[in-house]
Amino acid sequence: MTSATTAHSVVEPSTTTRRFAGTLVVLYAIITMIPLVWIMLTAFKSPDDAISYPPKVMFKPSLEGFCNLFTTRSRQTPEFIRSLGPPQGLCDDIARSRNMVVAGPSNYVPRFVNSLIIAFGSTVLAVALGTLSAYGFSRFRVPLKDDLLFFILSTRMMPPIAVAIPIYLMYRTIGLSDTRLGMILLYTSVNVSLAVWLLKGFIDEIPREYEEAAMIDGYTRFQAFVKVVLPQATTGIAATAIFCLIFAWNEYAFAVLLTSGNAQTAPPFIPIIIGEGGQDWPAVAAGTTLFLVPIVVFTVLLRKHLLRGITFGAVRK
Amino acid sequence: MAQIRVEALDKSFGTFHAVKSASFTVEDGQFLCLLGPSGCGKTTTLRMIAGLELPTAGTIRLDGEDVTMNRASARDIAFVFQLFALYPHMNVRRNIGFPLKCEGIGAGERDRRVVEAARILRISHLLDRSVSGLAGGDRQRVALGRAIVRKPKCFLMDEPLGALDTEMRDAMIHELRALHDRLGATTVYVTHDQLEAMAMADRIAVMNNGVVEQVASPRDIYDRPASLFVADFIGSPPMNFLPFRGGLRTGAEAIRLGERDVAIPAAREATAESELVLGVRPEHVRFTDRGMVRGEVYGTEYLGTTQIVTVTTHYGALKARSPSSRSFRTGETVGLDFRPDTLSIFDKASGRAIRTALHEGGAHG
Repeated sequence: MTSATTAHSVVEPSTTTRRFAGTLVVLYAIITMIPLVWIMLTAFKSPDDAISYPPKVMFKPSLEGFCNLFTTRSRQTPEFIRSLGPPQGLCDDIARSRNMVVAGPSNYVPRFVNSLIIAFGSTVLAVALGTLSAYGFSRFRVPLKDDLLFFILSTRMMPPIAVAIPIYLMYRTIGLSDTRLGMILLYTSVNVSLAVWLLKGFIDEIPREYEEAAMIDGYTRFQAFVKVVLPQATTGIAATAIFCLIFAWNEYAFAVLLTSGNAQTAPPFIPIIIGEGGQDWPAVAAGTTLFLVPIVVFTVLLRKHLLRGITFGAVRK
Repeated sequence: MAQIRVEALDKSFGTFHAVKSASFTVEDGQFLCLLGPSGCGKTTTLRMIAGLELPTAGTIRLDGEDVTMNRASARDIAFVFQLFALYPHMNVRRNIGFPLKCEGIGAGERDRRVVEAARILRISHLLDRSVSGLAGGDRQRVALGRAIVRKPKCFLMDEPLGALDTEMRDAMIHELRALHDRLGATTVYVTHDQLEAMAMADRIAVMNNGVVEQVASPRDIYDRPASLFVADFIGSPPMNFLPFRGGLRTGAEAIRLGERDVAIPAAREATAESELVLGVRPEHVRFTDRGMVRGEVYGTEYLGTTQIVTVTTHYGALKARSPSSRSFRTGETVGLDFRPDTLSIFDKASGRAIRTALHEGGAHG
C-alpha cells in the first residue's frame, strides 16, 4: 500500500482525529486524577496549610497527618510536657509542639488489617464459587438455568442498604455481627452474582472441545476443569477478581452498620478520625492515601488481564 | 484396534429426539463415515461412542465389551475435533504428549512416542512451535498427532477437515486415509460432505432426522440407495425422481409411466397399487429421439468434460449428464430414455426402496 492510500484510509483514523482523541483522553485523565493528587498533597500538609485559603499548592511537607493517623494523643499543660524526658521519636516531637503527648497507637492499623482480610477473603471466595457455578451453568443442562441465572442477578437489583436491617438482625441472632467471617460471607454473597455472570461469559467463550479432548485423553471432568479450563479463563478470573475486590474494599454502608469494635474496616474508620481533636484533614487524607495502595497494587499487577478482560468476547475470533 | 457395535442407540435432549434407534457395526480396521445433513444426529452418535454424551437407551460395544456408560477416558479411544481443540497454552510437543502425560507415562517414553507420531505426520520440524502460529493443515496434523500417539482402540473424528480450505482438504483426505491404512485403525468419521465420505470410507452410514437410513459401501450407497432420502442426498446433482401410480408384481420387469412402459430391474417384491417414485441418476439419462419422456431444454451447466442438462418435462425438471461435446439449445425439444438396469423404485409414503434385481448385483453387504 502506498502512503497516498493510507492517508485516505477509510478505517484508519486521521492525524487530526487522533490528536483530538488524545487531547480528550489527557483532559479526562487530568480531571480524574486531580482529586487523588489533592488528597495525596493534603496528606503531607500541616493542619493549617490544609485549611488555608486560597488553597496552597506549594507548602512545606509535614508528616503530621500520618502521625495523627497512627497515634492517639492527649492534651497536656506545657509544664507537664517540659517535665517529661526527651521526645520519643518524630511523632512525639510533633505532638509536643502542639502541647500534646502521644498516648498510644490508633486503631488505623487493625482496621486496615480487617479491610485486607475481609476484602481479599471475600474476593477469593466469590471468585472461587463464581468460577465453579459459572462453569456449571456454561457446560451442563441445569434445570431452570435461565430462571436461576436471573434469580442470581436479581440480588443486585436493589440497593444493598435495603436489606441492611434484616441482615443486621440475622447477624445479631446468629452471632456474626461485628465478625470478620460475617463480613466476608456478606461481601461474598453480594459479589458472587457479579462473579457468576462475568465468568459465565468468559467460560462460554472457551470451546468445550478443550475439556472434552482432555477427558478423552484420560482426565476426569474436574481435572480437565483445573488443568485446561482454568488456565484459559485466567483473564476473566483476574478481571472478575478486580471488580470484586474494588467492591469489597470500598464498601461503606454495611461496614458502618454491622461492624464496630472488632471487625470494623477502614472505610467507616477513616471519617471518624475527624472527630478526634478538631478537623484533622491531613490525617484523613493520609488514611485515604494509604487505603488506596492495596487496590492500586492489585490492579497494576493484573492490569494486562483487566484490559483484555473487559473487551473479552466483544469480537468473535 | 477394535470392532465397534452400536445397538439401538437413542438420545433425547428434552423434547428433541436427536438419535432414533441407531444400529450399525464398524469392523476392526474399517473406515466408517457417518454422513448426513446438519442436525441429523451424526455428531451426537459419535459423541455417544466417545462417551461425551450418555445415550438415553441402547448399547455401545467396543470389542464386545459394553462401554455404554463408561467414562470417556476409560474407553481407550481418540477423538479429533473440528476446531482441533489444541491447548493454546502448550506448544506442539506438549500438545501431542498430553494424552500420554494423562496416562502417567514417563518423560523419556513420552518424548520417544511424540517424536514417532510427529514423524508419521511429517511435523517433526514444528515440535517446539506454539500452536497458535500454525496453519490450519498443520494444526489438524497436531490434533491427529495427539490422537495417534496413544495407539487407541479407535479414532473418532468429527468433521476434522471442516475448518480447512478446499485445497488443504483434498490433500488431507488422502493423508487421513493413508494414515488409517498404515495404522490399521478402526475409524468413525463424521462429515456432511459426501465427496469426503465417498473418497475415504469403506462404509458409509447415511443419517437423517436421527435415523440411520442406510449403511453400505460408497458404491452401494450411490448405486442402490435404500431410501428416497439417500438417493436425494447422495450425488451431485441428486437422483431424478419421477412420481407415478402403480403396483408391482414379483418378477415384473416394467412399469407403466404415463403412456409408455419403462423397463426396470426385475421386482423382487410385490406392492399394492400405490404412489411410487422412479429414481434415475442424471448419468443414466440418455438423449434419444425415440425417448419415453419428452421435454424442453431449460438450461445447461458446463462442468468440463461433462455438462448437466436440465429438461422440463411432464414429470418436472429432470437433470441429465451428457458429454460436453454435444450442444443443446435452450428451448430445444428432446427425448429422454433411461438405462433400465440402474433404475430404483421407491414407495413414496415410506420412502423405502422396493427390492429389485438391482439389489442383487454383487451386494457388498
